[in-house]
Amino acid sequence: MSDLRDLYQEQILEHSKAPRNFRELGTANHQAEGNNPLCGDRFTVYLQMDGDAIRDISFQGAGCAISKASASMMTQALKGKTRAEAEQIFERFHKLVTGKGANGEEEELGKLAVFSGVSEYPARVKCATLAWHTLEAAFEGQPEAVLPDED
Amino acid sequence: MTTAARKLGSESCPSPDTEPLDVEKIRADFPILHQQIHGKPLVYLDNAATSQKPRAVIEAITRYYESSNANIHRGVHFLSEHATEEHEEARRTVQRFLNARSANEIVFVRGTTEAINLVTQTYGRAHVGAGDEVLITGMEHHSDIVPWQLLCNEKGAKLRAAPIDDNGALLLEEFARLLNPRTKIVAVTHVSNALGTINPVRKIVELAHQHGVPVLVDGAQAVPHIRVDVQALDCDFYAFSGHKIYGPTGIGVLYGKASHLNAMPPYQGGGDMIASVTFEKSTYNKVPYKFEAGTPDIAGAIGLGAALRYVESIGLDRIAAHEHDLLEYATQAISPIPGLRIVGTAKEKAGVLSFVFDTVHPHDIGTILDQEGIAIRTGHHCSQPVMQRFDIPATARASFALYNTREEVDALVRGIEKVREVFA
Ligand SMILES: Cc1ncc(COP(=O)(O)O)c(C=O)c1O
Repeated sequence: MSDLRDLYQEQILEHSKAPRNFRELGTANHQAEGNNPLCGDRFTVYLQMDGDAIRDISFQGAGCAISKASASMMTQALKGKTRAEAEQIFERFHKLVTGKGANGEEEELGKLAVFSGVSEYPARVKCATLAWHTLEAAFEGQPEAVLPDED
Repeated sequence: MTTAARKLGSESCPSPDTEPLDVEKIRADFPILHQQIHGKPLVYLDNAATSQKPRAVIEAITRYYESSNANIHRGVHFLSEHATEEHEEARRTVQRFLNARSANEIVFVRGTTEAINLVTQTYGRAHVGAGDEVLITGMEHHSDIVPWQLLCNEKGAKLRAAPIDDNGALLLEEFARLLNPRTKIVAVTHVSNALGTINPVRKIVELAHQHGVPVLVDGAQAVPHIRVDVQALDCDFYAFSGHKIYGPTGIGVLYGKASHLNAMPPYQGGGDMIASVTFEKSTYNKVPYKFEAGTPDIAGAIGLGAALRYVESIGLDRIAAHEHDLLEYATQAISPIPGLRIVGTAKEKAGVLSFVFDTVHPHDIGTILDQEGIAIRTGHHCSQPVMQRFDIPATARASFALYNTREEVDALVRGIEKVREVFA
């Protein structure tokens, strides 16, 4: 049996209670909304892009602990990164939460590795990836994220 | 009551409806209940989403496929006649269960959703025009909102919703005020799936009929829990799903007064719904067959018949009393939990307990309870307008059935304590 603490790691709970970069971004030049109709989670991700670089990033909205912590830690991990780097991190993160990752993945993900427990809870993968899909939409200049059927 | 008095009472009036349920005996009828989930005994409290099936239903379906399977209404051979008879017997069981005047008023459909769509696409398209109004309530399931919305958009009509109060009860005066000469049909849920509220359907029908407006009742959450008599309610249409009343998925019922059904155009075209066909013109079969195009879910109807007989054998009054006891017990058990708020506190309620807990999102509550073997539903319950009314994104919902016990409610309370531990 999987232990609940594998899913609800200390850092995840902490970020869900006190999310970082949790505000509207006045200087944003990209933003998108992500909405999981299944559970009512809804976030807006704001980006201030400087050429290809993420100068600033923030989010707002409401959702479960997993989706909120994921959004919060995403903003921390991506500030200062380029779009290509951000997309590479999402790819690794995605593999991690769907349990398809190779062993090296966790190290490269740094703090984001605390989401590894999600792979034991297939129903919660969508929560962990909501903010990231919303980020993708913001990069693409789409107002709303289209969530894939399969995560 | 003393034991002697109870004995006397049961001897002079041997009504099984007054005896409490023997829950352990009932649980033995449901094979699925006896399993472990994540190493814990299953506590199934998601009955409003779908109910579990007693052996009587599973066996009726198996028996049909093993010994009676044939297409209906078309063969002169033995099996076809036999299957037709079993299918029609199921229809008569539904008629008896709802106390409809005639079995011809019972249309088999896929479920509540299809029943409502059938009415919007036939009666609705024939009677609702530009500038007209359709009146629903603020506690409808999406399946009693969206089909009407589609109709109203097509016709240039207006969909209006009577508001509910902070307890989740319908504001009947507001409802009455919204009825007007433009109102062409009223559609209300009998019992709310998100809040548990039981609507005063008899009164609603009376008010609507004073304006000459017919009423469709969404009975999906009512038929498993309270006695329904469509003649006493005097409603024009009544819809329910088999799978929520211990029957199979894929089968449901639309009851309609014969006068309406006879006058309505057909729903879908195909085999079985016609009397004769030429390339120029078809004439339609009589009701209810006019609304049952194509080969129906024969096994499903037979399974539904078995489910209704199972419920009848226990008695809806006893079931209602048992579930009412569980609801009261659960309400008292969870109300004192600090930070917990019950959503849906109407005076008249069926066995639905929707709640929010501190700042913990219902989705997280659901995952943690699941680890304890407890199945509840979390989310908006296909009732987003209800969530908007209470300004919450979602709730956690425990919903009861005849096989649930007080011990299971205790497990739920312990599960909620676990949620607090994780999120402390
Ligand atoms: C009140 C209510 N109406 C309608 C429905 C739709 O039923 P079905 O999905 O079986 O068509 C449900 C079930 O979720 C319900 O609870």
